[in-house]
Amino acid sequence: MSALSRIAAVFALSLAAAANAATAGWPLQDAGTDVGNLASLQRGARNFVNYCLGCHSAKYMRYSQLASDLALTEDELRASLMFTGTRIYDTMDSALSADQGRQWFGNAPPDLSLIARSRGPDYVFTYLRSFYADPSRPTGVNNAVLPGTSMPHVLAHLQGLQQPRFETTTGEDGKDVRHLAGLEPGSVPGDLPAAAFDSFVRDTVAFLEYVSEPHKARRQELGVWVILFLLMFTAFAWFLYKEYWKDVK
Amino acid sequence: MSETIDKGRRQLLTAATTLTGAVGVAFAAVPFLASWKPSARAKALGAPVEIDISKLDPGAMLKIEWRGKPVWVVRRTPEMIDRLGAAEPFLADPGSERSRQPEYARNPSRAVNPEYLVVLGVCTHLGCAPMSRFEPGDAELTTASPGDWPGGFYCPCHGSKFDLSGRVFRGVPAPTNLEVPPYTFADSGHIIIGQDQGSAA
Amino acid sequence: MATQEAPAPTGRMAALGAWIDARFPMKKMWDEHAAQYYAPKNFNFWYYFGSLAMFVLALQIVTGIFLTMSYKPSAEEAFGSVEYIMRDVEWGWLLRYLHSTGASAFFIVVYLHMFRALLYGSHRKPRELIWILGVLIYLALMAEAFFGYLLPWGNMSYWGAQVIVSLFGSFPVIGEGLVEWIRGDYFISDITLNRFFALHVVALPLVLIFLVVAHLLALHEVGSNNPDGIEIKKNKGPDGHPLDGVRFHPYYTVKDLFGLGVFLVLFAAVVFFAPEMGGLFLEAPNFEPANPLLTPPHIAPVWYFTPYYAMLRAVPAFAGTQVWGVLVMFAAILVLFFVPWLDRSPVRSIRYRGPIYKTALMLFAATFIMLGYCGLKPAAEPFKTLSVIGTIYYFVFFLAMPWYTRIEKTKPEPARVTK
Repeated sequence: MSALSRIAAVFALSLAAAANAATAGWPLQDAGTDVGNLASLQRGARNFVNYCLGCHSAKYMRYSQLASDLALTEDELRASLMFTGTRIYDTMDSALSADQGRQWFGNAPPDLSLIARSRGPDYVFTYLRSFYADPSRPTGVNNAVLPGTSMPHVLAHLQGLQQPRFETTTGEDGKDVRHLAGLEPGSVPGDLPAAAFDSFVRDTVAFLEYVSEPHKARRQELGVWVILFLLMFTAFAWFLYKEYWKDVK
Repeated sequence: MSETIDKGRRQLLTAATTLTGAVGVAFAAVPFLASWKPSARAKALGAPVEIDISKLDPGAMLKIEWRGKPVWVVRRTPEMIDRLGAAEPFLADPGSERSRQPEYARNPSRAVNPEYLVVLGVCTHLGCAPMSRFEPGDAELTTASPGDWPGGFYCPCHGSKFDLSGRVFRGVPAPTNLEVPPYTFADSGHIIIGQDQGSAA
Repeated sequence: MATQEAPAPTGRMAALGAWIDARFPMKKMWDEHAAQYYAPKNFNFWYYFGSLAMFVLALQIVTGIFLTMSYKPSAEEAFGSVEYIMRDVEWGWLLRYLHSTGASAFFIVVYLHMFRALLYGSHRKPRELIWILGVLIYLALMAEAFFGYLLPWGNMSYWGAQVIVSLFGSFPVIGEGLVEWIRGDYFISDITLNRFFALHVVALPLVLIFLVVAHLLALHEVGSNNPDGIEIKKNKGPDGHPLDGVRFHPYYTVKDLFGLGVFLVLFAAVVFFAPEMGGLFLEAPNFEPANPLLTPPHIAPVWYFTPYYAMLRAVPAFAGTQVWGVLVMFAAILVLFFVPWLDRSPVRSIRYRGPIYKTALMLFAATFIMLGYCGLKPAAEPFKTLSVIGTIYYFVFFLAMPWYTRIEKTKPEPARVTK
């Protein structure tokens, strides 16, 4: 059995390691989201509608689903989250078409329904916090997580405009390389202090996490009962097996 | 060899395992069967439809689609409403007892407000779309004797006739009155098809 | 030809049974394959995986049918239809996760099942055909998984298919034409998607079902092997049944039911709490729609293909062509067909083999896992060197088998099964 347990250990380790496949580039901060916190999701929903929906759709998300999952009535939804003319069963489409997006920004702003699953909440969190001033860009800003991003710093008035700090190091080939080492607060502060801004982004990311899989909470809730039931079934099956195998000597 | 088989214990364990297994299979079947229910998209596409009736002229009809079916809204003139009584002796189900409509449409005008008739434009015989024949005294259509047509709907497929409330005449293939869908007045100029007062269908 | 009177039926069910049996070999089949099929009584942990594989096959078919009811096999609509299933279809999310987890579970179970054969010599005469049918099932399963993976039309689906289909282009002369023929188009397109859909939903499931039935018939024709590797049919009792055998039903139906329970607990834990399995079962880049203009930073096939992917990348280009890596990859699977003839040991089971085979087999298992890990990683050191070592060892394990299985000192096999 020792050979078998050795094999199992190697397999488990390799699974864990593969899961931690690190991506080179700007270190990602822990988003610290709590998708079970309804208040956070509601704030995040409001943030998304006010700051993101103008350009980014969440086209696989229906308002009716939001209503039931975020414990909002249809009226509350209409008052704070829905533009006039949208109906309760509609999906969260943006007013900006893909063609307009390409025209105005160079790239069509991607749909955000699944961004938290394809990039991870930490990526989205760090991205939204990592804009900095860059006069060489058409938008006047760049992003440490996604250099060359076409997205303007929509949250600039909340965060303030960060300034980049560069460092020069010597590369393996002996050449000097100037790279981005950190981001500093700019001279003009934003409307929100740092902690409040982080909270704002955290709520928004939590909302996007929820949007990427609306049924996740239900899935986990149900899973507990399913496994308990299966354990009970397995116990019965075990006793039945042992009982019959008394015959076999 | 082994001890004598405890048949009772075996039966009990078999029963317990089989029962749990059967319950498990039943639980497992639920998601598969339930997945056939109308999805959120189907519900979205079948959601109530709001129409603007403020521009509808008296005596005119407008058509709209709801859940894949044609819905007709007729703005009846006072004369059309008066003529409803004349048709009654010739109707198969004048009290709409056998026909399909919400409770609030079970009256001679088959409507919330007699001025507006809301019906599904689907003949209750085999599903053709009846034609509107609102003019009384039509040369081709009769109820009992020539020239007594009170106005209503005529289905060209097999000759079924309905009055100005969509109620079916006797002696035609269609068995019941034209169906009235759930509907409510959002305000005096708008009707929501597919929604009763207060809640969606 | 004498006809036998069926025993007088007692009760309606028995009467119905008798009516059917007079017209269809129902009782005969039940007896031959379950109630009167004698299997060795010493099956252990390694013997659960055959019945589990059958269960997972059934699960994939049933969940697959229900997914097909809502899935749209066009480049335009495929990705959206999967999200439709995940969000709008009642319980669609569960159907999807059952199917995606089932795919990985299928390979875990099948790999363990194959390992059992190597442990106990289930590939040896007279069971060579069972083994060959098994390798064919493995091949069909890999094809099924490959075609199925394109269907969500995510970015990894697209680029994974692009890379693997392009491999065929490395064949001299016929390569380009072959690739175009597989794709049905000049690039991986809606046309490719539609045909992969037909293969995944209809063609290969039929092939798999046929192969599994043949696999079981071949097994029952000879009788099952066991952890001691000895033939239980050599010792029969006065009633003509093997002394070391037990009837499959009820003894193994009841044991396999327990095994199924344990499997389902683990399976449910994944489905309900970790369906992505850290990006191994559902890969993050696949949550973005296919984008021919944007390659994911790191293309890897799904974990169950990665050992072969590592081998493919381990072989450098010679004489200006990459075809050698492709050939090595195919050879790795082809060599499996020959194992019954490569293994020349006088004994079947690892319990009675010498230290060389025991070491070689454990190393093989570790190497296969290591190759799989390397295949997941980018093509950089130390994974490049490890892949080369692993590939060489993989082939040495099989090709040197006729030699090392013959020279090593084995222990005498027992006459009767042990525990």
